[in-house]
Amino acid sequence: MTIAKRTIGVAVAAALSLAAGLTSAQELTIGLGASVTSLDPHFHALGPNNNIASHVFNSLVEQDENQRLVPGLAVSWTPREDDTWVIKLRPGVKFHDGSDFTAEDVIASVKRVPWVPNSPSNFTIYTKAIKNIVVVDPLTIELKTDGPYPLMPNDLSNFFIVNKKMVEAPTEDFNRLAATIGTGPYRFVDYARGDRIVMERNDAYWGKKPEWKKVTFRLITNPAARVAALLAGDVQMIEAVPTADIEKLKANAALTLAQAASNRLIYLHMDHQREVTPFIADTSGKPLAKNPLKDLRVRQALSKALNRDGIVERVMEGVAVPAGQLLADSFFGTSPNLRPEKFDPDGAKKLLADAGFPNGFAITIHGPNDRYINDGRIIQTIAQMWSRIGIEAKVEALPWATFATKATNQEFTIYLVGWGSGTGETSSTLRSLLATFNRDTGMGQANRGRYSNPELDKVLAEALKTVDDKKRGELLAKASEIGVRDVGIIPLHYEVSTWAMKKGLKYVARADQQTMAMEVTTAK
Amino acid sequence: MTVFMVRRLMQSVVVLLLMSVIVFLGVFAIGNPVDILISPDADQIERERAIRALGLDRPIWEQYFVFLVNAARGDLGRSFVFNEPALRLIFERMPATLELAGTAVVISLVVGIPLGLYAGLKPQAATSKGIMAGSIVGFSLPTFWQGLMFIMVFAVMLGWLPSTGRGQVGTFLGLKSSLFTRDGLAHVILPAVNLALGNTALIIRLTRAGVRETLLQDYIKFARAKGLSNRRVVGVHVFRNILIPLVTVIGLEIGGLIAFAVVTESIFAWPGMGKLIIDSINQLDRPVIVAYLMMIVLLFIAINLIVDILYSVIDPRVRLQDVKG
Repeated sequence: MTIAKRTIGVAVAAALSLAAGLTSAQELTIGLGASVTSLDPHFHALGPNNNIASHVFNSLVEQDENQRLVPGLAVSWTPREDDTWVIKLRPGVKFHDGSDFTAEDVIASVKRVPWVPNSPSNFTIYTKAIKNIVVVDPLTIELKTDGPYPLMPNDLSNFFIVNKKMVEAPTEDFNRLAATIGTGPYRFVDYARGDRIVMERNDAYWGKKPEWKKVTFRLITNPAARVAALLAGDVQMIEAVPTADIEKLKANAALTLAQAASNRLIYLHMDHQREVTPFIADTSGKPLAKNPLKDLRVRQALSKALNRDGIVERVMEGVAVPAGQLLADSFFGTSPNLRPEKFDPDGAKKLLADAGFPNGFAITIHGPNDRYINDGRIIQTIAQMWSRIGIEAKVEALPWATFATKATNQEFTIYLVGWGSGTGETSSTLRSLLATFNRDTGMGQANRGRYSNPELDKVLAEALKTVDDKKRGELLAKASEIGVRDVGIIPLHYEVSTWAMKKGLKYVARADQQTMAMEVTTAK
Repeated sequence: MTVFMVRRLMQSVVVLLLMSVIVFLGVFAIGNPVDILISPDADQIERERAIRALGLDRPIWEQYFVFLVNAARGDLGRSFVFNEPALRLIFERMPATLELAGTAVVISLVVGIPLGLYAGLKPQAATSKGIMAGSIVGFSLPTFWQGLMFIMVFAVMLGWLPSTGRGQVGTFLGLKSSLFTRDGLAHVILPAVNLALGNTALIIRLTRAGVRETLLQDYIKFARAKGLSNRRVVGVHVFRNILIPLVTVIGLEIGGLIAFAVVTESIFAWPGMGKLIIDSINQLDRPVIVAYLMMIVLLFIAINLIVDILYSVIDPRVRLQDVKG
């Protein structure tokens, strides 16, 4: 090889690597941990689908990384009188096809939400409070409600605005990318179901321009494969890093991690309703005539017997926060007076003896084994901790597909489950888990233990009518205190979400566990 | 032949019907899809709407009847999760799975048969003993662990091959496949080898056993006595006679590779049918589960038919009219 040729070779190689450097600076590939099943933003109220939709569509109000509300397609929202919210829409916003965003698009979206055919779970829970929409001018609307409804801005942050032309576009049109005309920072360019989603930057975006011109989301649901794809450099970032791998990835100089306490509480749900509950018996195996979980002392004993720090440190490998209430302390509506219950086996034994169970009883604890981080192992650990205070605890872990139906049918006595607060405040948790069950008002809809406390119901009802944020926060905190001190549920810990990425990238970890490409930047 | 085909066809319809009942009841027993699919925030009223929207409010026999009527028209229902026809979802994933399974079958035949022949013809050679020991390792290592090791070694440590996913799709003679691009081939190697290893080991052992048995037969001794070349003896007389058990096993294995490559597809994030079925089971997407299993039953019926026909081609003593059951 002559010198000239060699020089050319070197130059070509340099040019190639430069070109590669340039494209990689413009492109980002992210490994997602869950399946995305549809690009229709109104088809299924499901975290992973919402995650993808948020790149292409906006909502009127948006949530920042701590789930505090920030302006989206609405620049302001103000309550007026007792039953009206005045919403000012953002001027100058264009859809991907160049058309202007106006009040008509909001009306079309609110209309489309309940319309979407075959939806396994639609977004009407977030639009049903809107009784009527009055268009004042193309950029001002008034939302009418039945009486005071302080959660309207939270609800508005939970459904996306589509183009008015798509008011009756079926889900298939969205999956074929024919109807995915949004206002968001990205537009879809390719969708291979079950494999990948490719997006391109919308350069006419009204908000902050994202750094990446092209973003590819790869669906790698197997956790080990996801980590391997990151290590092999096939993706630059992954979400939902398995706890067992976190230490190893931390030690890897080529990677960085981002972590945040999530809005998901892991807790134990108990049967408060039945006189004779199926999975509690005396030590000889005979069913107990009276459900001991109805006794506050027994519930307190079960909670005191748990070493939450131990669970977090050993089972969760440090990647969780011990819980003393319904949401981590930084969230809206939490109480500064509630701390995680102290580990106190002797106190627990004494409480059990006071309640008439000096020799304990036998109990079976249920839980899923494929839903929450390390769920199957957590319930085993809990059973061991309870056996230390004289309770014979058996463990039965089931796959979520089977578990969920049995839990809904109230077939269990005590079980582990989680709750993520989509609105970022305790009103969601209180309303769903601790309020008295009522089919027609929708209160306590996930209160499968049928806990009922009139005092809590009263404070909560008042909170849900209080538009003033400060006062509402105090009322929610008070309701939380009532529910937690009465041990309506036993809080265990808040999950911490972990992202891992190539060194040189930066991600602002989000409490809602979402992975947003526009929030990934090159670290400076 | 015609009588045979007609009888087979009728048996197939009965098998399909029976299978549909079993699948329907089985899927029903796992759990209620609404509990999996519904947003935790949804209230009772929304829950009841979803149950009606998915047709789950009707009794099981009625759901089954509706399914049968639609199935007779070629409509196997609509996915709860994707809101697309179940058959479309399955056919969309089929090319990826066929690529993977096809490559794996080719690998296992190209590697398995020659090695098996060698080990059978020279049973005492050290190489043969090595091959046999290797084949035991081949099917005793769990696919799951094997796959992860492949990724660790060839993608993470050596960086030779991509770790997961399917590569670029190319077009050749109007067919679309990732096997037509360099990137696609690079992506398929690891999962295909992972899928092929167990089968290769099986084929090695079957071929060897067949060869050992055939070599003792009178007609081989006769062929040798006649002075035929070793090549002809092995290539025609031995090979043809070991094909029958091989064809049976390979046929069933192809079916298994296509239908249940679940583990390999999950580890390598390969967007094939195996991944679709496991996701559908986890989300209780009943129409997809039922449609998929029906397709698989059809596939196995077809494969068995082809195997039976192949018998008659390979072995003139087999006549299809005589095959019962």
